[in-house]
Amino acid sequence: MAGKSVLKRVDWLTVLFYLLLVTIGWVNIYSSTFSEADSSIFDFGALHGKQLFFILASFASIVILLALEASFYERFSSLLYIICLVLLLGLFVFGKTISGATSWYNLGFFNFQPSELAKVATALALAKYLSDIQTDIKRRKDQLYAFAIILIPAILIIPQPDPGSALVFFSLTFVIFREGLPLYYLGIAMLAILTFISTLMFGTIWVVIFIALLLILFFLLKNKKFRVPVIPLSVAVIVTILFSLSVNFVFNNVFEQRHRDRFSLWLRLEKDPNKLEQIRKTIGYNTYQSEKAIESGGFFGKGFLEGTRTKGDFVPEQHSDYIFTTVGEEWGFIGTATVVLLFTLLLLRLVYLAERQKTDFSRMYGYGVVSILLIHYFINIGMVIGILPTIGIPLPFFSYGGSGLLFFTALLFVFLKLDANRLKEGI
Amino acid sequence: MKKLLLSSIIVIIAITFLGRLSYLQIFTFSPDQVLEDPAIKRVYDYPERGYIYDRNGKLLVGNDPAYDVMVIPREVRQLDTLEFCRLLGIDKLKFKNELRKARIYSPRLPSVFVPQLSKEDYAKLQEKMRHYKGFYIQKRSLRYYDTKSAANVLGYISEVNERDLAKNPYYVQGELTGRTGVEKQYEDILRGRKGVQYIQKDRFNRDIGKYKDGMMDTLPEQGMEINITIDKALQEYGEKLMHGKRGGIVALEPATGEILAMISGPTYDPALLVGRERSKNYSKLHYDSIAKPLFDRSILAEGSPGSPFKTLNALVALQEGVITPNTTVQCYNGFYVGRKKRGCHCGGGLRRLNDGIYKSCNAYFAATFRKIYEKFETTDEGMDVWEKHMKSFGLGQYLGYDLPTGKKGRIPSKEYYDKWYGDNRWAPSYIISNSIGQGEVAVTPIQLANMTAAIANRGFYFTPHILKKVDGKNISIPDYVEPKHTTIDKQHFEPIIQGMAEVYEKGTAKYVQIPDIRIAGKTGTVENFTKIDSVRVQLTDHSVFVAFAPVEKPEIALAVYIENGYYGSRYAGHIASLLIERYLKGEITRTDLEKRMLERTLEYEYAKPYLGKEFRINEYDWSQHSKPLEELISRE
Repeated sequence: MAGKSVLKRVDWLTVLFYLLLVTIGWVNIYSSTFSEADSSIFDFGALHGKQLFFILASFASIVILLALEASFYERFSSLLYIICLVLLLGLFVFGKTISGATSWYNLGFFNFQPSELAKVATALALAKYLSDIQTDIKRRKDQLYAFAIILIPAILIIPQPDPGSALVFFSLTFVIFREGLPLYYLGIAMLAILTFISTLMFGTIWVVIFIALLLILFFLLKNKKFRVPVIPLSVAVIVTILFSLSVNFVFNNVFEQRHRDRFSLWLRLEKDPNKLEQIRKTIGYNTYQSEKAIESGGFFGKGFLEGTRTKGDFVPEQHSDYIFTTVGEEWGFIGTATVVLLFTLLLLRLVYLAERQKTDFSRMYGYGVVSILLIHYFINIGMVIGILPTIGIPLPFFSYGGSGLLFFTALLFVFLKLDANRLKEGI
Repeated sequence: MKKLLLSSIIVIIAITFLGRLSYLQIFTFSPDQVLEDPAIKRVYDYPERGYIYDRNGKLLVGNDPAYDVMVIPREVRQLDTLEFCRLLGIDKLKFKNELRKARIYSPRLPSVFVPQLSKEDYAKLQEKMRHYKGFYIQKRSLRYYDTKSAANVLGYISEVNERDLAKNPYYVQGELTGRTGVEKQYEDILRGRKGVQYIQKDRFNRDIGKYKDGMMDTLPEQGMEINITIDKALQEYGEKLMHGKRGGIVALEPATGEILAMISGPTYDPALLVGRERSKNYSKLHYDSIAKPLFDRSILAEGSPGSPFKTLNALVALQEGVITPNTTVQCYNGFYVGRKKRGCHCGGGLRRLNDGIYKSCNAYFAATFRKIYEKFETTDEGMDVWEKHMKSFGLGQYLGYDLPTGKKGRIPSKEYYDKWYGDNRWAPSYIISNSIGQGEVAVTPIQLANMTAAIANRGFYFTPHILKKVDGKNISIPDYVEPKHTTIDKQHFEPIIQGMAEVYEKGTAKYVQIPDIRIAGKTGTVENFTKIDSVRVQLTDHSVFVAFAPVEKPEIALAVYIENGYYGSRYAGHIASLLIERYLKGEITRTDLEKRMLERTLEYEYAKPYLGKEFRINEYDWSQHSKPLEELISRE
């Protein structure tokens, strides 16, 4: 077994999902950017032609990634991480600004986005740190280190500004949870989000009333022998109430108007239907158009190259962040459901692969890959179909963009190489 | 637990997404969205509206090209404003204002810059147009009228309103539709069907090519031309005679039911409701609440028929066998209802049916009317029979002609009187006025004309109609070609027609006979009242006349109803006589009669109730009717 070629050992099911997603993605980019004037699908001047070039480049990179020694990734992960941090810092000096964000290096033939590379590097570095024999995630200090690895690139990316990409790094906390971080951290985070949203929607008074009701219920139903941890409980209640009180202040004074509008739209905070419609058509223009385009596709869709809203460029950024609307309009529910299922199957397959790894490093990296892919997919489609506020991040393997596709491919195939090597490592 | 956390999140997300997507794409999806798609623009190609001709193929309504100068503000480049303004005939201020207005509407979309250029201005502008970037000329088609008459028949067209849009999905904002008359009635035929091109747009509303390569596009279907039954010459002549008078005239061809003329006075030039001045003119006509030029008196004015109704009462009495042509009645210069005497102008004496008609004896027909219901045990039964006979002449109901408006008129039934007086609280004497066409009977001029046609045909009529040919082919609508039979047998008509012919030969209309043509007619003089400061005041009688000619083989049957024209032969009799001669001979031999009608107006009569002082009615001397109104009023 050990001597067999990497091609025999690589997980072909994952490769199949990958190829399907890339192909469907490209077909939809072709449709989104198609105009009658274009002559050939290989027209590298057109966007779909450029994307085709990057797909081919990604395939080439797969060969290299699979050919490299598996241990290379673990060994050089720290170095790669540091290089990435340097590159992110360098953007402050040498960065090229595209549509308001200084996120790119101009390499002449191609704009390189280091935050994409940083996602791969951070996943590797985190796996490396957590799998270190000396790391014990139960220790506060080591928890802090782990979070620092995630936070440093995020902090460097936020001022570009690219809050969407920064958000991606937080998804890596899933890896830490998998490796033993107590789940109450997640509980606290969820509680904070819940308090934040419910305060915005119902106001502090109702949040306090709700907490009081919960406490009464708790004392009525509790087992007589159960000893109430009075101090932690009262601290938790007080902190929650203080947090709830601070929400309105933060919302009104720290957030900018455009952020407030996005929340107003998302949580339907604006009660006046006319104003809400106004926000929908201005701030929520993209979401409004993408929802309408998807709706107009119906069950069977309008057919390939028949999407009238797609052709009319009604949805901005349709070939990149809003590529999913093309699927919705031209292929209908059949198309959108297929894409959602493909992503779900791919992610579940990756979780399964991660769990069967023999080494901690491979497993943790696998979790990192799933987390990063999951958060992109969740936020992107969630935004396009109008259940999440507008956050601009691409749909993996789908959206137009050279460095995006290259690094998602790298992210995935580094893991597939590790997976193909797991039996060797085990011996 | 920790191993399952991520997997369960993945599954939950998938379920959420599928739920939301099925909501969007399955539950809120509605299949007609292609037409509401904002990305598809429909460009219409309008066919020319069909022409309208008269029964002899003479043009009544055609189309005239009109030219609008359009502007797309964003494409406007530096230009010689001075020359451009001179060509358009506007000043610089207007130029600036119009451009600003257009830019506010939309910098990308065309707006009308100067509407409806004349052909001359268009000719001058056309060759220079290419110098002015962002401006272009759009051709439109306006209704053109080859007559100043028949506005009430032809109707007019105007832009569709909200109600039209809701009612008929064919129309879109800004399109024209027939509003009244023939234009409304035959809208679908005249309009044709617009062609549609589907254009793919982008979000800035710019065209980016044809939708589905034009597969769904349609070509326009031309509107069809129609011939209407109106005789243009007769209609125009009738309107000339109506000058200064109020009332309605309807002339029918008894053998077909075709409407030869339909005149309402006062009327207006149909060209007033076309073009730039349209809305101004419309307001003027609409707010003239005294003369009401938009009110089509020929089919909407309900009034007492007066003496012509006596002929119908005589027919019913003959049919019911309660009189014979030889039945006699003594007229005491009137007749008694209970102890009250009602007058009669026939001169008194013993009357038979024949001279009862031509001398229009009230006493004779009061007696006849009594005999009809006295035949039956109760008045109720008598009334039912009487009502049935009357309605068989098309009275008291919609006639079913092809014009968009109409009135039912009234033939009072026993229920009507029960409601008015209370059940069984009314006696035959209450309704005796109906015997002479006063009282509760009400008819429109077209009903009166139709009734005359039924007499002319000796017992049947064809539903009056206005449509003759569509696209050059005669129509064959069953409702218009099948005769409607009255409940009176044919043999009863001859004595009546004999009496009506003698109206001309020795009766109330002997001064308006036409040499060589035998006419049958009946005068009517209708008492009428108005309220001045809520006091009931009697006005000068309405002048009514019905006639048909020639007696043996009738070619025209008409009813003339002139408000406040005094006795029947004065205005109505004159006009009826002139119209018949004009129609049958094509010329007028009695020019003195014609001159009188063209000169005399009733403005003086119509002004009386508004003068605010006492006035006399039914003045015998009518020479002053030819004098200008101002002079008459100051003399008073």
